[in-house]
Amino acid sequence: MTRVSALSAATLLVLLIVPLVAWAQGAPFTITLATKVAILAMAGVGLNIALGIGGLVSLGHAAFFGIGGYAMGILASHSQSFTPLMEVPFLIEGTKSMPVIWLTAVLAGAMAAWAIGALSLRTSGVYFIMVTLAFGQMFFYFAISWPAYGGEDGLSIYVRNSFPGLNTLDPIQFFGIVYAILLIVLYLAHRIERSAFGLALDAARQSEARVRSVGIEPYRVRLLAFVISGSVTALAGALFADLNRFVSPSMFSWQTSGEIMIFVILGGVGRLIGPVIGAGVFILLEHFLGGVSEYWLIYVGAILLGTVVFAPGGIVGLLAGRRGQHG
Amino acid sequence: MSALLLAEQILNGLQFGVMLFLMAAGLTLIFGVMGLINLAHGSLYMIGAFAAAGVAAATGSFMLALMASLAAAAAAGAIIEVVVIRRLYARDHLDQVLATFALILILSEATRWAFGSFPLYLDVPDALSGPVVLPGGIEYPAYRLALIGIGLVVAVGLFLLIARTRIGMQIRAGEADREMIAALGVDIGRLYTLVFALGAALAGGAGALVGAIQSVQVGMGEPVLILAFVVIVIGGIGSVKGALVGAILVGLTDTLGRTLLPVLFGAFLDPSQATAVGSALASMSIYILMAIVLVLRPTGLFRVA
Repeated sequence: MTRVSALSAATLLVLLIVPLVAWAQGAPFTITLATKVAILAMAGVGLNIALGIGGLVSLGHAAFFGIGGYAMGILASHSQSFTPLMEVPFLIEGTKSMPVIWLTAVLAGAMAAWAIGALSLRTSGVYFIMVTLAFGQMFFYFAISWPAYGGEDGLSIYVRNSFPGLNTLDPIQFFGIVYAILLIVLYLAHRIERSAFGLALDAARQSEARVRSVGIEPYRVRLLAFVISGSVTALAGALFADLNRFVSPSMFSWQTSGEIMIFVILGGVGRLIGPVIGAGVFILLEHFLGGVSEYWLIYVGAILLGTVVFAPGGIVGLLAGRRGQHG
Repeated sequence: MSALLLAEQILNGLQFGVMLFLMAAGLTLIFGVMGLINLAHGSLYMIGAFAAAGVAAATGSFMLALMASLAAAAAAGAIIEVVVIRRLYARDHLDQVLATFALILILSEATRWAFGSFPLYLDVPDALSGPVVLPGGIEYPAYRLALIGIGLVVAVGLFLLIARTRIGMQIRAGEADREMIAALGVDIGRLYTLVFALGAALAGGAGALVGAIQSVQVGMGEPVLILAFVVIVIGGIGSVKGALVGAILVGLTDTLGRTLLPVLFGAFLDPSQATAVGSALASMSIYILMAIVLVLRPTGLFRVA
């Protein structure tokens, strides 16, 4: 077992054991924190597919996170008010069923990522960063000014959505669902990284001309990666909304995009387990520093600045040794 | 919709546009010369606004407040460049994004710590507080008209600075070939600090000027920063002319979209629905404009080769 896979296994084990111990001791708040870590990690795993393998620096992933959140919010709010979503040309009813909501979130996220990606990937480098940031902000303003689903105030969902055979209101059962999905998503990301598609994506980051010369169009590979990436982040958004039983335009804000990126970077770009470690560290910092000082984000900023300037490989890089520099 | 109201909205759009230009010009120069994407540019806008609000509260003079905003933002810019930014020129864009994102967190929270979370207010100077009557009988706030004037004067000044002065020559040379001008004996480190401080002063001045018609608060810079990015994508990176054209296009599209779209939808929807659909679409109008430019000219309207 390499040091990286040992670190990965240990991280996932800690993320499983902490809430189990908290459950045994009757500390539901700790379970909720662990659930939050798992969900935010998933959003980071989504971004990492585009950023880590493909080198696509997207500062607009809040768009997909928010779309997932609103997919949940819109379906559940129609279900709790017993009004259909639409009646013409065919009837669509709201739902409280998690699997249906997840599927909707993934599809909506994929569609949005396809539209944003098709436009943004016409550019590269610093343009790509600015364009994705701008499209993310577009969704933010749209969510604020569209009054049908709460506008600026957001949407509250009174009862958590349901999953067949489980009581989702029990924190440990909900954590179990989220943890299982995180494992599946990590496995998928791992398979993608090793697949022919993943290798082509990685190669397109390193040398676009060579990829083109063997007959692969980088634009199409990147667009597919961006769509997968966006749909994973949208799934995380749906779960995040379910955790809080609340969605608001803040899920779309540029800070959210920045935070998802911080999870990936703190952990280590292009490392499978990176976002899990990054999200864990971020939530721990928020929890402990937030208790010390109202201005805890100063410390987060200082840590991030220190990581970028002095430890470009992130935490995984520090613990398991550097590897090839990502561009 | 009367012609008078439309003319007023066009002026509002112009005013918004020239203020965006002050932000976008600094960003595009910094990118053009140093190849750096600076997310913390919005923080410099905020620092300018807070410096102005603080000095105005202490002295009551708007002129002094404006001077303070330029000085504070330029100083903050120079310090940031020397301490942090300098280490990032050789790094990739991802590192630049992260480090400048970290700077936003630090600067925003430090400002919140120093000034509190409540918005401050900066008064429009007395001499400009009333309306002026323009040809055609349009009554328009004198202060906003002054903003348009200031913005255009700064734009002309910036063009002259870049096209006609020694510093401008070095800036243009820096955009074309950094290593070569360093080899020719120009102190490139000093030039970078200077360009960064110049961009910061433009942003800080814009923050102070706009701060008098909106409130001065933490987080005021980032929405403007993102709009300035839209301007740069439309205008083309590194081009000050592109920044001016892009900024005015964005200013007019946003302002006119907010006024005209609800009226347009009012023609075939009932009033409350028309307002909802119209304002939601208006909030997206500039991004749609950006998407169109991306499809037609992915490198912007005035890309410097």
